Amino acid sequence: MLRWFRRSAAPTTNDEWLDALRGPDRDQALAALRPILVRGLRAAFRDRVPHQIDAFAEDVAQEALLKILDHLDAFRGEARFTTWAHKIAARLALTKLRRKRWENVSLEDLTTRDDDGAPRPHPSLTDQAPRPDDQATLAHYVEVVQQVMQQTLTETQRTALEAVMQHDMPITEVARRLGVSRNTLYKRLHDARKNLKAALRERGIAPEEILAEVEAR
Amino acid sequence: MPLDPSTLSRLARALATTQPDEIACDECFARMDAFADLLLSGKPAEELLPKIHAHLQRCPDCKEEFESLLAMLRATG
Repeated sequence: MLRWFRRSAAPTTNDEWLDALRGPDRDQALAALRPILVRGLRAAFRDRVPHQIDAFAEDVAQEALLKILDHLDAFRGEARFTTWAHKIAARLALTKLRRKRWENVSLEDLTTRDDDGAPRPHPSLTDQAPRPDDQATLAHYVEVVQQVMQQTLTETQRTALEAVMQHDMPITEVARRLGVSRNTLYKRLHDARKNLKAALRERGIAPEEILAEVEAR
Repeated sequence: MPLDPSTLSRLARALATTQPDEIACDECFARMDAFADLLLSGKPAEELLPKIHAHLQRCPDCKEEFESLLAMLRATG
């Protein structure tokens, strides 16, 4: 059988990609895959890296190619090979961007200070001057939720929840600071949500009620 | 954790949509490419891979990666 590079510019089927990357045609296959990844990266991230998109895309593509070669056995064949390769490149790109965006922010800073570094005043529900009956209901919910969080969650769970929910820190970055994988942190946050939900239900409160009350304001 | 209205709303929404059997990020990542190909080929990805779809709605990191993947695929065909 003729090898792929003798009859086409790049592999087309998943089997062709895998055969090429695992065999003597590896360098040609990498040379064919690289510009595909670079083109995708440039399109997807040019708004986020406007002045250095070419260098960024080349760097990420190079890193992605190495990772792809190391993880060929993880390709399940449920998607096109190039989609799988783009997925790896997308995660690498976002990991770099997230790390850069949050590099000088610690969890401690985040949960005790405002973004501008000033000590953070505790926001009050009275700031928006709701009607007295709304205020009483919301204040009750806030009190119960805070009480339940204190009783149900560990300090680490509360810190992680606050970083993600209130400050939009990526789970990846919170996990890195806590020394756990993103998957582990997601599971811990899932446990935290389940426990909070159950504890609220024990007190006769459904999250949907709280949501409706806040959104009605 | 101070609960301003915005945070309370986000928390309540997250709790309201919490399910006992959610998948985590690794499982989502493993099948995100299949979900993307289904979606872009006009197949009912949400019905075929409902747990992946649900995770993408809940997890901001995975959602961001998935949206970037879609942008890459649309640019490269």
